[in-house]
Amino acid sequence: MEQPSTLEKKQDHLQHHFVDSDQQFESAKMGMWIFLVTEILFFGGLFAAYIVFRSWYPELFLLASDHLDTFWGAVNTVVLISSSLTVAMAIRSAQLNQQKGIIINLAITIALAFVFMVIKYFEYTEKFAVGIFPGGYYTYEGIAHDQANIFFSIYYMMTGLHGIHVVVGIGLMVWLLLRARKGHFSSEYYTPVEITGLYWHLVDIIWIFLFPLLYLID
Amino acid sequence: MATSESTNIKKIQVRRFKPDENPTSNYLTEERGLWAWMTTVDHKKIGWMYLGSIAIFFAVGGILALLLRTELLTPAQTFFTADAYNQLFTLHGAIMVFFFLVPSVPAALGNFILPLQLGCKDVAFPRVNLLSFYIYVVGALFTLFAIFTGGVDTGWTFYTPYSSSAAGGNVMAMTFGVFILGFSSILTGLNFIVTIHRMRAPGLTWNKLPLFLWALYATSIIQILATPVLAITLLLLTMERLLSIGIFDPALGGDPVLYQHFFWFYSHPAVYIMIVPGFGIISEIISTFSRKHIFGYWAIALSSLAIAFIGFLVWGHHMFVAGQSSLANLVFSFLTFLVGIPTGIKIFNWIATMYKGSIDLKTPMLYVMVFLFLFTIGGFTGIMLGALAVDIHLHDTYYVVAHFHYVMVGGMVMAFLGGLHYWWPKMTGKMYNEMWGRISCAIVFIGFNLTFLPQFVMGSLGMPRRYFNYLEQFQGYHVMSTYGSYILGLGFLMVLIYLTHSIFKGKKAPANPWQSRAMEWQAPSPPPLHNFEHTPVIIHGPYDYHKPMSEFQLGIAGSHNGHGHHEHETETKTVEADK
Repeated sequence: MEQPSTLEKKQDHLQHHFVDSDQQFESAKMGMWIFLVTEILFFGGLFAAYIVFRSWYPELFLLASDHLDTFWGAVNTVVLISSSLTVAMAIRSAQLNQQKGIIINLAITIALAFVFMVIKYFEYTEKFAVGIFPGGYYTYEGIAHDQANIFFSIYYMMTGLHGIHVVVGIGLMVWLLLRARKGHFSSEYYTPVEITGLYWHLVDIIWIFLFPLLYLID
Repeated sequence: MATSESTNIKKIQVRRFKPDENPTSNYLTEERGLWAWMTTVDHKKIGWMYLGSIAIFFAVGGILALLLRTELLTPAQTFFTADAYNQLFTLHGAIMVFFFLVPSVPAALGNFILPLQLGCKDVAFPRVNLLSFYIYVVGALFTLFAIFTGGVDTGWTFYTPYSSSAAGGNVMAMTFGVFILGFSSILTGLNFIVTIHRMRAPGLTWNKLPLFLWALYATSIIQILATPVLAITLLLLTMERLLSIGIFDPALGGDPVLYQHFFWFYSHPAVYIMIVPGFGIISEIISTFSRKHIFGYWAIALSSLAIAFIGFLVWGHHMFVAGQSSLANLVFSFLTFLVGIPTGIKIFNWIATMYKGSIDLKTPMLYVMVFLFLFTIGGFTGIMLGALAVDIHLHDTYYVVAHFHYVMVGGMVMAFLGGLHYWWPKMTGKMYNEMWGRISCAIVFIGFNLTFLPQFVMGSLGMPRRYFNYLEQFQGYHVMSTYGSYILGLGFLMVLIYLTHSIFKGKKAPANPWQSRAMEWQAPSPPPLHNFEHTPVIIHGPYDYHKPMSEFQLGIAGSHNGHGHHEHETETKTVEADK
């Protein structure tokens, strides 16, 4: 409810159409949660395709999965889970007004996201080298199955879209880092850190589903 | 909204704020100029930009329809080649569905009205709102690019393998355009849900929410849950053409029926994205012009949500003859019948609202009458198509074409036109010409029935849809349908002319020309930049016609909402507003 007392001390971050800071924060958070729901449905289509093709060609998935590097997949899982921890710590630093903590934790998160992408890059190039391309460009002959290309189509679509989400996350966190260095965030206002953190957890969770479904099925 | 409070009731000092009549300063006079419009975050201007865009696409889609109807005047080739004909019906369908019907009510009228009905200054995320408009524009540019670089001849559903390997033209640009467009729809839905949850004016509880907002809320839920699936489907289809990934294309080991499942998982709920906001408009108009409390408020509100829910469970009825299992057919057929229940609840409640009301047949109400008549036909024929045995006979005939045009044009477009006339005075501050409004409505009604009634008949006699040539026995029906489409086109043209005329030469509209009790009518016409100069307080529902108007114009006493000043002085009083 709008009270004269809250009107007097309007903060800089408060946008014109909100009554108070709480309303703005709650709106932003709810908006991000709804966005995450749409993301789950977006990936849900790919998971449905995965289920359909795996039920048709169960032996293909076992054969092809052997060609994914479980070790580096596991390393990447650890890397992403750690980055989820550090982004949560960045939010906590903001809530406690620890400016340095925000910056350090965001920087670590960005670094871990880069590590993830670098490992992914080496995984991809290793496959491209032997001719494991998606769909029609597939030329590898080491898997004795006619539809081996479809498994890798699904693999590239799922991990590729996930990778794009990681890149977007890196971009968002670089932006947060720049703002944090200017001291934009405090216990009064840390909405962007909070909702980027939510997004980052989702990216993490999707990987936690991708890893066993693609790497660990043999 | 409240920062901290322990009880559900809060006492607020309020006084009456009578809306100004024809204020000199309003949202149209502030922030003028092309650049100000293009960068505006004002929901009203964004609503206008959407309205302009969908009007253009409606015109393009309509002209395509007239062209293809003209081609069908004779059983053999009349003007166009068979390939050109395929492109005409594909583009007509795709443009009308994705660029007109889906954004029409939510993005154009909804954007304008939603914050006004909530008594707030803007939607929760104004910049996201502007972004979603530009995403729509980018999607539209891709589509135009596709049209001018070969066109698309797959039908608006982009079924594989037509779209994956067999089709000529530029399917990739088209599907990518629609993929982009989807995000516009998602962001609008997201914005509306958050706005309805978080931005309601003091006292506006869920049981006082206007039914238009309940309908937009249900629509938004479908938008956020269904559209991402379309996005991934079209992305996979685009990749199918780009990289031959082999998921949908049978030649590469993929499954075309999987594509149909994916596509209809979005596109069936999407027909409710198109029609449910229309239901909301009908509820608003019918109560206002019957001068009576809406009958069965909760039944109407919850039936919108019920339609949204059931709508997700019926997609398989598009695939009765596509190689689905018999059991799946049976279940989908049964679930399809269930949609009839909440829809029937709405129709009966609207009729009951009019019963013993003081009905005023102004243009918006006339469109409601047309809607009730045409939509009921469209709904019943939908039940027939949902019946498994009947559908096997009627599948892919003109009967289906007639059915969804009765629902989409007879239902949705009539509701849209009703809503456009209803809110026109609020949006422009001008009155349209009532007589021309009524005449056009009658012409639209006649033209529509002449176009689509014959299609029911020829469909049931076996005329397949999407055919370029046909047997001579169907020519009479086709000729009737084509002439009907010209009359229908004339009706729409007249609407465009007198509405445009009214912007420049129309009489000035009062703040509340229909004496409605809803919140948007308690703002001046046109509203100021931030909608209300005060913080509105709501103590009655929007259909409480038995309460005096003064009790619908309350605002927090002493508040200026941070903008401007107000001179009206009336005594303040204390009301108890529910949280």
